[in-house]
Amino acid sequence: MYDVVIVGGGAVGCAAAAELAKYQLKVCLVEKESDVCEGTSKANSAIIHAGFDAEPGTLKAKLNVRGSSMMAELSKKLDFSYRNNGAMVLCFDEAQLGELEKLADRGRQNGVPVEILTGAQAREKEPRLSDEVVYALYAPTSGIVCPFEMTLAFAENAYENGVEFRLSTEVTGIEKTAEGFTVQTDRGSLETKAVFNCAGVYADKLNDMAGGRHFNIIPRKGEYLLMDKDAGTVVSHTIFQLPTKMGKGILVTPTVHGNLLVGPTAQDIDDKENTSTTRDGLAEVRAKGSLSVKDLPFGKVITSFTGLRAVGDTHDFIIEESTEGFFNAAGIESPGLSSAPAIAEMLRELLEKRMVLTPKPDHKDTRKGVTHFAALDRDAQNALIKEIPEYGNIVCRCETVTEGEILDAIQRPLGATTLDGVKRRTRAGMGRCQAGFCSPKTILLLAEKLGVGIGDIRKNGRGEVHEDA
Amino acid sequence: MTKILTCINCPMGCELTVEVENGKVLSVSGNTCKRGELYAESEITAPTRTITTTVISEQGRPVPVKTAQPIPKDKIFECTAAIKALKVSLPVKVGQVLADDLLGTGSQVTATKSVG
Amino acid sequence: MREFDLVIVGGGPAGMAAAVAARTKGLENILILERDSELGGILNQCIHNGFGLHTFKEELTGPEYAERYAEQVEAMEIPVETDTMVLDISKDKTVTILSRKRGVEQIQAKAVILAMGCRERPRGALNIPGYRPQGVYTAGTAQKLVNCEGYVPGKEVVILGSGDIGLIMARRMTLEGAKVRAVVELMPYSSGLKRNIVQCLDDYGIPLMLSHTVVDIKGKEKLEGVTVAAVDSTNTPIEGSEEYFPCDTLLLSCGLIPENELSRSCGVDIDPRTNGPLVDEGLETSIDGVFACGNVLHVHDLVDFVSEESARAGESAVDYIRRGCTPDSTAAIKVIPQNGVRYTVPSQIHTADLLGDVHIRFRVTGVFKDCAIVIKAGDTELVRRKNRILVPSEMLDIIIKEEKLAAVTEDITVAIEEV
Repeated sequence: MYDVVIVGGGAVGCAAAAELAKYQLKVCLVEKESDVCEGTSKANSAIIHAGFDAEPGTLKAKLNVRGSSMMAELSKKLDFSYRNNGAMVLCFDEAQLGELEKLADRGRQNGVPVEILTGAQAREKEPRLSDEVVYALYAPTSGIVCPFEMTLAFAENAYENGVEFRLSTEVTGIEKTAEGFTVQTDRGSLETKAVFNCAGVYADKLNDMAGGRHFNIIPRKGEYLLMDKDAGTVVSHTIFQLPTKMGKGILVTPTVHGNLLVGPTAQDIDDKENTSTTRDGLAEVRAKGSLSVKDLPFGKVITSFTGLRAVGDTHDFIIEESTEGFFNAAGIESPGLSSAPAIAEMLRELLEKRMVLTPKPDHKDTRKGVTHFAALDRDAQNALIKEIPEYGNIVCRCETVTEGEILDAIQRPLGATTLDGVKRRTRAGMGRCQAGFCSPKTILLLAEKLGVGIGDIRKNGRGEVHEDA
Repeated sequence: MTKILTCINCPMGCELTVEVENGKVLSVSGNTCKRGELYAESEITAPTRTITTTVISEQGRPVPVKTAQPIPKDKIFECTAAIKALKVSLPVKVGQVLADDLLGTGSQVTATKSVG
Repeated sequence: MREFDLVIVGGGPAGMAAAVAARTKGLENILILERDSELGGILNQCIHNGFGLHTFKEELTGPEYAERYAEQVEAMEIPVETDTMVLDISKDKTVTILSRKRGVEQIQAKAVILAMGCRERPRGALNIPGYRPQGVYTAGTAQKLVNCEGYVPGKEVVILGSGDIGLIMARRMTLEGAKVRAVVELMPYSSGLKRNIVQCLDDYGIPLMLSHTVVDIKGKEKLEGVTVAAVDSTNTPIEGSEEYFPCDTLLLSCGLIPENELSRSCGVDIDPRTNGPLVDEGLETSIDGVFACGNVLHVHDLVDFVSEESARAGESAVDYIRRGCTPDSTAAIKVIPQNGVRYTVPSQIHTADLLGDVHIRFRVTGVFKDCAIVIKAGDTELVRRKNRILVPSEMLDIIIKEEKLAAVTEDITVAIEEV
């Protein structure tokens, strides 16, 4: 009998797992894909929002501000990449100054430091901004994060503190029992006292299974273009646009690893699996991105992708005990990534009303990610090679990733079993050649360490459950 | 009858105009060198190709191989299957003969790389 | 710190030819650095034939061509360090290298030859909409999997782009039992060699769909199929022309990009047209004593040209070292691509420092029929060569005699004229 079964291994589910792992609880996280961070958490803007955007008084406002304030310390303790780079919201029309001021007001009510700059002041901070910019809201506390590293950090920290992970396991039904719930999956059922619904775009379906008050989650498609590191210094801040008659604008931002990201579009769709990019969508990204920043180098695009935001029909996060012992974290659209650790705290507070939580005396509040060889100084590099010679062998030349890192990614707790899993843990294949050179070698390493054939190595998705390598 | 062929002997890919009557080549034009003429002749009467492929060695590593002489074009798949079925044990040296007279074509199969 | 006269970055055809030429000129202290575990570079996976007609007067496969050079390197006892990655090259030619055996090490060179080759343009750079499932490979990655790992990635194949690797892989996959449904090419002409269209597509009845492109990729986890559409003269897909091809593999053969990350971080000036370094007649880059050759300089279609060019780079490097590592003595004249010419290598010539005849290599911007290549110095015509047809897929090579060039004082132009 588990105390809590968490459904969904995205940023929120993994943050909740890490939060519950601080207490003497028997917790299991169930994820339908073969790895954590396979849904909305892997395909988004990777922004830690300052918190000026959300309507004051909403959960979004409260949890964003709280989550954002936790990020710097968390990133150090759990070893994930985060940078406080500041953000601007651009206004292209004198007549819209009022809108910008409203936004600034909202920010102040949310307790977020904001400042309105003239176009010239904005361009001084960010020289490549369009000449059409007349005003900009400046939010110095905005940041950027690696969403893969963050989600993996929560997951690995939870795992090291005793949370069980069942990957490639899809929940097919939930039944109320005398003591709690039976969670049925395609790989057997689990008995639990409580359930956390962190199922992203499927949170409505899961809530229905448990019989909670009905809501809908509408997948909102967002298409992005990612550019080479050559283009990573085009801007240093995250550049938003003030929503106009044309709709919500798109952003241009450096990523924490030095690429440039432009997007997303916003299109509500029915299909919860539709992560395809479209010709029109990518054209819109190019057109709107060019409004903010002069001469965006679209020749440097290395990949495009689509993420689905889980938009709830209440337009705020739905964080509640929906039926006794069944807790929703649903409708976690933007600023979900920024809010994830705060959402986890809130879920824990709700759980505390149901059961007594006793802190674990031996809880580890730090976690060490894959050591990135390229980030070390010369002496540390040589010491590492001496100890583990595989760090002397570069597999991914674009991102300077060594065989040692790839082996670590495969062999560590909750290790990678797919090409994408290796990529998200090490950045191998994330660079300008997009895995052209390194994937054959990575496939060989995966096949060898997992004891399977080359043909069994998948890019991503569901598959056989590999025992811990 | 006039046939237009592209010579495959070298990267220039000359466009050959070939006059053919009763399966016999009367004249070839458009070629830059003698080999174009020979190619046209062979392509009309008995087209041949060199096969390059790999044989998986007993140790599991692929060994690249070729037919040392061109084989009849209509036997490409048959010959490829026969090459694939060869038993090869590492190490092999470049140029090593792995089969003589492949399916009666008179062509040898040789390793094109030293492996193992 | 270990010191070398000449450090060659890359042990593929370019690096080996440069090393052999430098040693032939008598240079002793050479080091070849190779990231793979053997010499040969990309030739090791190019198991098809068609290499070496110029260099060896016979038709060889890629590995055979590589082995010919590797044998020379060995016979000449030129030191090679394999499994060694170059992490950085500084302006003063300190080279930072990484290997399992030696860890991170800095070595000092008097001259450096860049011979890192090129990489394939990935899907992302092509802006193909759709899903991102398993089953989409660049043609070269698939070639490596099939030829070096013995793993055939799929059974039903569509190939986007008619570059030579794509054409070669169409035949290769067919021989491995796969069904290649079509080769789809955006341009109205193929970017591969004509002989490859005949012997890789026509021989097997594989259709070449010119002026077509892939407009959608289906399948969330595994590739299920692609939608192909015709494009108009602006390369925009024509509505209503879509055709769906079920397939489990999509290979991309849509161009090669010289790999110049090291060159850039070293400060070498890059030509935006070739994505390779700007070089002079001796293949010397904007940094004295740093040379470039082969596919890192500009993408070649024939390895024979790579070898010839690289030998020249090797000789130039020896000359640079012998004259005491001093810069070229004179101002240079420019080589300017004009009508119909996309770029030239070299882009400048030091007419007082010539070491022999100069090869001008270039590609045309489109298909030209019944035309002439005209090379002029000012108003003086140096070369006029008539051609029946010129295509962008064929690299052109015009040799200008040393005697002719020595007297030139004005910039040189290269243009295509209609006849």
